[in-house]
Amino acid sequence: MDPSKARYTKDHEWIDGESGTIGITDHAQAELGDIVFVELPEQGRAIKAGEVLGTIESVKAVSELYAPASGTVAEVNAALTDKPEAINKDPYGTGWICRLELSSPAELEALMDAEAYASLVEQGS
Amino acid sequence: MAEDDSLLETPLYDAHVKAGARMVPFAGFRMPVQYTGIVDEHLAVRTRAGLFDVSHMGEVEVRGPRALDYLQHVTCNDVSKLVPGRAQYSALLLPNGAFVDDLLVYMLGEGDFLVVVNASNRGKDVAWMLERRPDAGVAVEDVSERFAQIAIQGPRAVEILRRVTGLDLEAMRYYHFAHGEVAGTRALVSRTGYTGEDGFELYVAADEAPDLWYALLGEGGPMGLVPAGLGARDTLRLEAKMALYGNDIDDTTTALEADLSWIVKFEKGDFVGREALARQREAGLDRKLVGFEMEGRAIGRHGYAAMLDGAPVGRVTSGTRAPFLERNIGLAYLPPALWEPGSEFQIDVRGRAEAARVVPTPFYKRPKK
Repeated sequence: MDPSKARYTKDHEWIDGESGTIGITDHAQAELGDIVFVELPEQGRAIKAGEVLGTIESVKAVSELYAPASGTVAEVNAALTDKPEAINKDPYGTGWICRLELSSPAELEALMDAEAYASLVEQGS
Repeated sequence: MAEDDSLLETPLYDAHVKAGARMVPFAGFRMPVQYTGIVDEHLAVRTRAGLFDVSHMGEVEVRGPRALDYLQHVTCNDVSKLVPGRAQYSALLLPNGAFVDDLLVYMLGEGDFLVVVNASNRGKDVAWMLERRPDAGVAVEDVSERFAQIAIQGPRAVEILRRVTGLDLEAMRYYHFAHGEVAGTRALVSRTGYTGEDGFELYVAADEAPDLWYALLGEGGPMGLVPAGLGARDTLRLEAKMALYGNDIDDTTTALEADLSWIVKFEKGDFVGREALARQREAGLDRKLVGFEMEGRAIGRHGYAAMLDGAPVGRVTSGTRAPFLERNIGLAYLPPALWEPGSEFQIDVRGRAEAARVVPTPFYKRPKK
């Protein structure tokens, strides 16, 4: 997944417009610290943009994962069950969390592009 | 980014920032929660050594001809068992037997004690102690500003510290201490810690702390010594089943309920809380702090309800994924029916009942050499 082509939310999630794959950003994984548990959504679940998709637990805290867009959960990264640290090590690759079949791809246009997200992070959000 | 200017900094603040630490507010101080990562630092302490800045802790001098009697009255452990060079884990209790704070009492000499308290309770503890001072014979003084405290913990702690001090560390037993020079700095060196590993806590003058910190990292670096933050400090102490005030013990939990009867010395004479605890001991406890392990991958965290057959029976006080043990562990106050190791119950993890099992503690015990 090419991070420069993804879209981003202010909650530090990325979504690849082509495949509908979702994850959290490098900034997010660094903020969370060592991730020890991921609660993945159920395959087949219908979700609306902004709803809670799952949770990501680090040693110290539990963080909610929000759906960047609306659709149906087509696939989840089951490997994260045994190796949640993949999110820390490779947040844009093997640390992908799930894939949505998008119901309204136009929603992605409202999200930030890579440049806008980079500014957000720089400004210290 | 908005900074809270009312936060204090320890003498080692610059060192942490330079090392790339993530700083967080804790007990009124800006403290390092992690440098490279909680898991990394935790494992370093279990296999090599870690260096902690614990300068935020409070130090209270208790001196005078009536100091011993006074401490016997306000703490629950038996201070008369101490001799100069020995320390003990103890607590200030409320009249109902619950905690004002847990602490360490160091006997420096006859009528001369140092009481080390939690950073978060420092003001409260000093006020409590001053209120209970007799009219004469004891002086109680908060000397926290004078001290910095650095802890070096791990199987290689002795090896590393030995290189920078002439003190006979081999001869220093657990919970004993001595004054000496460490890397050219005068220090109180005690064989104590909050990690379950061998190690030392070093008390030095505040302005000498940075030199000592860098000297230790310089000597110990090649042996794998790394700085470790409060995040790892918490996971380490939990694996070793050491209580954390605010989580496992507070002003609603008695010393007996907290499974700390070993520091309650009924036979030493009267002390604040003795009567209530004696009555509780007589009547029997209806809850006790026990260790548990999750059966699955969910983590039972502080505040989550413990359930049995759908009914709430207790509460989790501390819980995490233990980095060294690689298991999800925690502590909870549970009723007598669940005290036996092997007892099964559930923990409500964000709406789902997750299976848990009582286990003996400590979860981790360091290997004997």
